[in-house]
Order: sequence, then structure tokens, then C-alpha cells
Amino acid sequence: MLLSLEAATVRFGGRAVLDAVGLGVAEQETVCVLGPSGSGKSTLLRAVAGLQPLDSGRIRLDGRDQSGVPAHKRGVGLMFQDHQLFPQRDVGGNVAFGLRMHGASRGEQAQRVRELLDLVGLPGAAGRAVAALSGGEQQRVALARALAPSPRLLMLDEPLGQLDRSLRERLVVELRELFGRLGTTVLAVTHDQGEAFALADRVVVMRDGRIAQSGTPLEVWQRPADAFVARFLGFENVVGATVADGIAVTPWGKVPVPDGAPQGTRTLLVRPAGVRLVPADEGLRCTVAARTFRGTHVAVRLQPDDAPRLEAACALRAAPGVGDEVGVEFDAAEIAVLG
Amino acid sequence: MTRAAAKRRGSAARLGLMAVPVAFFAVFFAYPVAAIVARGLKPDGIWQFGRIGDVLAQSDVRQVLWFTTWQALASTALTLLIALPGAYVFARFDFPGKQVLRAVVTVPFVLPTVVVGTAFMALAGRGGLLDELWGVRLDTTVWAILLAHVFFNYAVVVRTVGGLWSQLDPRQEEAARMLGASRFAAWRSVTLPALAPAVAAAALMVFLFTFTSFGVVQILGGPAFSTLEVEIYRQTSEIFDLSTAAVLTMIQFVAVGSVLALHAWTVRRRETALRLVDATVTARRPRGAGQWALLGGVVATVAVLIMLPLAVLVERSFGDAGLGYYRALTEDDGGVFLVAPIEAVGNSLQYAVAATAIAVVIGGLAAVALTRRDAGRLVRGFDALLMLPLGVSAVTVGFGFLIALDEPPLDLRASWILVPLAQALVGVPFVVRTMLPVLRAVDVRLREAAAVLGASPWRAWREVDLPLVRRALLIAAGFAFAVSLGEFGATVFIARPENPTLPVAVARLLGRPGELNYGQAMALSTILMIVCAVALLVLERLRTDRTGEF
Repeated sequence: MLLSLEAATVRFGGRAVLDAVGLGVAEQETVCVLGPSGSGKSTLLRAVAGLQPLDSGRIRLDGRDQSGVPAHKRGVGLMFQDHQLFPQRDVGGNVAFGLRMHGASRGEQAQRVRELLDLVGLPGAAGRAVAALSGGEQQRVALARALAPSPRLLMLDEPLGQLDRSLRERLVVELRELFGRLGTTVLAVTHDQGEAFALADRVVVMRDGRIAQSGTPLEVWQRPADAFVARFLGFENVVGATVADGIAVTPWGKVPVPDGAPQGTRTLLVRPAGVRLVPADEGLRCTVAARTFRGTHVAVRLQPDDAPRLEAACALRAAPGVGDEVGVEFDAAEIAVLG
Repeated sequence: MTRAAAKRRGSAARLGLMAVPVAFFAVFFAYPVAAIVARGLKPDGIWQFGRIGDVLAQSDVRQVLWFTTWQALASTALTLLIALPGAYVFARFDFPGKQVLRAVVTVPFVLPTVVVGTAFMALAGRGGLLDELWGVRLDTTVWAILLAHVFFNYAVVVRTVGGLWSQLDPRQEEAARMLGASRFAAWRSVTLPALAPAVAAAALMVFLFTFTSFGVVQILGGPAFSTLEVEIYRQTSEIFDLSTAAVLTMIQFVAVGSVLALHAWTVRRRETALRLVDATVTARRPRGAGQWALLGGVVATVAVLIMLPLAVLVERSFGDAGLGYYRALTEDDGGVFLVAPIEAVGNSLQYAVAATAIAVVIGGLAAVALTRRDAGRLVRGFDALLMLPLGVSAVTVGFGFLIALDEPPLDLRASWILVPLAQALVGVPFVVRTMLPVLRAVDVRLREAAAVLGASPWRAWREVDLPLVRRALLIAAGFAFAVSLGEFGATVFIARPENPTLPVAVARLLGRPGELNYGQAMALSTILMIVCAVALLVLERLRTDRTGEF
């Protein structure tokens, strides 16, 4: 493991912001820490960078204990949430900063600045003032600056947080491609699941300073560890259920579950695609409470007579109107029994 | 690195930074003040606290105390009354010549008190402009002092209140209007509360400056009006009653300390989060007759109150003699001075340069120490300590130097450095106040960004903070220079007779009868004013952001 955290703990005034976190990042791996704001993910990065001392626990880089190693000697890179470009320096001066700190010659600096600006798609921008850059350009300069000293671990704090959606979606692809090409080891934090799933080899979900789940994007998406993770990923249809013999008893009635699902009192997740609409006299009777156009489909909110609301995804053409009465059946393939 | 170890290291670094300023203040401020107290209350090696009661029982002392307090209150109220409309105009209106007018308004603040006194003497004193025109003399009334105080402190209000006012987001008021508040109700419920702490801070500062007023009262007060500061000087240098002077010093010390504590409290209130915006976007052209009339009124006030006295001063310096008074300055008359008065210019400049260097080093270190985060109570106390010389009378400092630093191990009486040291003491608060907001505004994460890129803490400071604060450093130096140049209260005690500074020379000339001496005083004041104005103009060039507290 290039980076490993062992029971890393940080307290702010008695409250544990990082609570005995254990985490490993392998060479050339891209790990994305995903969590709502206040879950401790930024503190995690600051602790690894050496900007936030631990109250207890240990951080190792290349197996070496980092306690007592100040930030500037850790050899890790950190891209800040709002970039923190040096306002009094131009683009080239910002990118060259780390190289200068490491004693690179002027020639080397100029060469590397050119390379990196080409790499991030801003060729020839070295002489521009940072104040004159757009948000996306600042982003790229911040990335180039963090990459310049070739850190053994690159950390990104909400790397695409402040950009508009289309730019974000394009950059996330570019970043993934770039890190793959350079073989960079990356630890990123974000609150945006789309960003995390697109960027990461492995996703780590954090909640209240603890790790709630860790796995590949597919694993996490298919089988959220618990109700918190499921809801954080945007799933609404999460209820308590008693599972026995391929059937779960829920407030929505009896719901089929996949073969081999764990038995007993469990949390049940029904993906919107698993809620099938049928004529009103079949299945669970519901009233359509709201419908939201989502581009590729319509999200329909259904209110059963005496059970929590359900969210269903329907094709545009088949979507019922608000106030319509419909019936609901469940599809076992889109249902997961959690924890 | 564990949390505790990191914290210890941070404290050690801060203590290291604070050590030099603390030592400086201990030796050149606390020690002399303590010496004064000991001299006053322990004349024969025995504490005699009864002296305090004895001194307070004297009716003339009580009269001085009363006058000091009420003239300070009156000056403060008058200054606010006259300067607040100015603060509004400078904050919210955009008009041609605004920059020039702003510079003009600031000139008095860096002017030596002696020059201010002299200018008002030329305007409203015996044989002054008003006397010649209408036979009006104000120097026998308290009005001359009050108006001179307004003249001197107009900029304090415009800068502190107007500075904040111009950065208040007008959209906050608009938000209140949208919620149904009338124009006045919006101003009263949104702007006024945001402004109140700044008004209070400005008022306290004006009160402090006028409470400890020396140069102005010394020149304009005549025998009738005397502040504590003037009385301390009189007791020390004319009556030689050191123990009364010491008691008076302590009374002033306590009064000033209380006001400063109040000041610190309002400053903390002022630091509560306000939505601030760039000042340039909030100002606009005046609209309607009312706003133009307000602008006209402010311009007229500035013309009469600030430009007229200075113009009269310059006019009197020529008098009927053309350049005669200026020429006379170069001649050694062997009487008032041991040297030609013009040599005071060179002395003043040399002292001011040395004092500026000391003030920038001491104040700079202190500001850096105060900037570091998680500042504890110790540091806040240090902050208040640094402000003390601003309010504690300069006369106290000078007097203290005289009696404390004249024997081994610190026998500096014969050394030229004594004057710059005293002047630096007065300059340090200005350096700290100018540097601190700028240093605090540097985002810690910029420093962190530098650290993660491999910069050691010292390197990060040099690479990130220094370029950002270089301008503030220059401005601080300029202020320290102007303050040193005009410093009078302390210097008048310790400047050697053969090496007078400009303000001391002016005061000496004024203290002598005769047309020639009067004219020379005006000429020398004009020179001093020009030197200060030039320093200020250079400052205004540098000062594009108005974030400093002065």
C-alpha cells in the first residue's frame, strides 16, 4: 500500500471528525472518498497532507510513519477545493512553484511548465494572470501546479465542485484518462456520486467521520451497505422488511427478492426501475403525487393508501399524470436486501 | 506529529516572534512608566499613596481634569457631527476630484500637532486672518481648540466609518426595501447597525487623541486652557514638581487604559461577520438636488475647515517679507537655537528614518505574531499592550525616558538614539494596525498550498505573505515616518538643545515674542507640512486598497 491510515482520529472540540479511520490506497489506484458535507472527508485529506495533526492513530506513506513529518516534506500533492492559486503570480509562476521549492533549475522549470500546460489543455498560457482565468481554466492550472513536482500521491478536494455540469462531465473523463496515462496514485474527495463513480477505481463512502462502505463503483451502486449509503446515493425506496423464502414483507406488501438474499429483519432497497406500473386494479394501489421530467425518463412519485411513498422510473410515453390511480408490481432483479 | 506537539511548536514560534516587541515595550515603555510612578509615589524609598489624594484635592488639578474631559467629549461630538456627512459622501458618491479631495482630507492627520496649532493661530489668533478682517479672535476661547481638533480628526472618522460604509453591500439595503422597508427604515435597520461599531471605534479614537492633546492645546490654549498632558509638561519642565507630574501621569494612564479597553471591545464587535464588497462598485454619481447640496456642503466644509487654515499658514510664512522668513531660518541667531533653525529639517529627517526602521521591525514582528491563528488570551493582551502608546501621552513617554534611561545599565541620555526610540514607540501602533488587517486577510490555505508544494513555513511566508503585504509594509512605513516627523510631546523632552526637530523648533520660535520669530515659525511649519504632505501623497499612490484601519 502506498498510503495507509490506521485508526486515524481527529477531534474538534470533543467531536470526532475522523473516527478511527482505516484506509489503504495502492500504487496507481484512484480512490474516491464520497460523503455529505461534514462527513470528515476534507479533514481526511488535510491529515494525509500534514496540514491537520492526528489526535491518535497513524498515517503511513510507502510504509513510513508520517507523524512528525511536516507538510512540505511529505511529497504529496493537494489540489484545493477553491484552487488557492497564488494571486500575485502568473500561470507559469503558479505551476513552477513546487518545482522551485524542490530546487529545479530555470530550464527544467520552463520545460516542465510547458509540458504540464500542454497536458491540461492550456498550451501557451504561462504568461496569463490567474485573475483573468475562467473557473475551468483555474481548475486546470491548479491541477498542473499539483502535478508539477510529481507527487507520489495526488489528492483532490472536490476537484470539480464549482464547475458547471457539462464542463464537469467532460473534465471527469479527461482526468480519469490522464491519471491512467501518468500512472498517478489519486485520493479524491467529493460529495457528488456521479463524479466519484466516473473517476474512481474504488469508492469509499464516509459518514460522520467513519467509513460506511468501501468497494468498486459497481459494488457500491448495486449493493449499498446500509440505508444511509442507499439514501445518500439518491435512492428513495428504502424500508425495513422481514425476508424469508424469497419474499420480503414490507409496508408495500409482499415484495419478491433475488435468490440467495440474506434472511431475517433487513433493510430493503427497491430501485425506481424495479417499480413497474400496472393498471389500477392490479398490484399495490397508488395515487400519482408528482412527476419530474429527468431527460431520459420520468420520475413518478406514488402515494400508496397507507405506506411510505414510492419512486418509479417510467418511459416518457407511458408516464401517468398527477392524480391518476395506478397499480404497482415489483421486479426482483432491481431489488437489493441490504446489510 | 501529534496535536499537542504541533500546538507546542506553534506557541514556541509565536513566543519567538513576540519576544523582540515584548522586550522593546518592557524596556522602553513599561520601565519608564514604572519609573515615573516610583518617582512620584516613592520619593524617599517609602510608598506614599497619600500623594494621590493630595494632588486630587487641589482645585486647579480638578479643573484641569474637568477641562480635559469635557473638551475631549465636545471635540468628539463636534468631529462626528461635521465628519459623518463627509464619510457618507466619500463612501457612496462618485464625483470628479474625489481622489484629490480624499488626499486633502487626510493631510491634517499626518500633520504635526504643532503645525495644526500654528495654522489655527494664523487663522484665528492674535493678528490672524479673522482678527484682521473682522476683529474676531478665537484663541482666547475654547473654540480654537475644538476646531483644531475637528481639523485634525476629520480624517479619522472619514477613514474608519467611510471605509466600512463604502464596503457595505448596498444590496443588503435593497433586500430590506424589497421586504417592505422604507428608504429610511432600511438604512436604520440594516446600515446603521452595521456601521455603529465603526462609529463607536472612530469616536473612541478621536476621544483618545483629544483627551491626550498636547501640541494643539500648548499653542492655542494659552494660560486659560490646559489639558492633563499640558499640565504634566508644565509641572515637569517649568515647576519641576515631579511627584505631582507623576500622579497626573498615572491618572491619565488609568483614564486612557479604560478607554482603550472599551475600544478593544468595540473592535471585536466590529469584526463580526459583515458582507463586504469592493468599494469601487458601491459609489455612484449623486442624484437630485439634495445629494448635490450634501456634496457641496461637504466640499465647502473641507475648504473652510481644512484648506483655509493651511492656506493662511502658507500665506503668513511669506508675510510682507517675501522669502525673508525662510532666509532667516538659515541664519544662526545664537539666541533661541544653538544652530540655524533650518538644521532642524536634517535632524528631523534623520530621526524619522531611524524611528521608521525601528517601528517597522518591531511592529512588523508583532503583527506577524498576532496574525497566527488560534490566538489565545495572552496574544490578545499583547494586542492591547501594543495600542497603549497610541493613547498614553507622548509626554509621559518622553518624561519617562528622561528619568529612567539616564543611568546604567541603560544610560542613553547622551545618545542620539533616544529620540528615534521614543518616536518609534508612538509609530508602532500605526504599523501594527496597518499590517494586521492585510496579514489577516491572507488566506491560510494559500500558505497550506505552498506547504504541500514543498515550501517550508519560512519559505511559504516569504513566497506567499510577503508579496501580498509588501504594499501594506510600505504604507506602514510611511505612516511611521509621518508620525515620527511630527512627534512633539516626547521629543520636546528629550531632543538635545543643539539638535532640535522641526516641531520642537517651531514651538520654540512660537514661544518667543516678535514678528521675526512668528514668521519663522510659520515658515518652518510650512516646510514641515510640505514634507508630511509629500510623504502622504506617496502613500496615497501606494494605497489602492483601503483595508487598513487608518
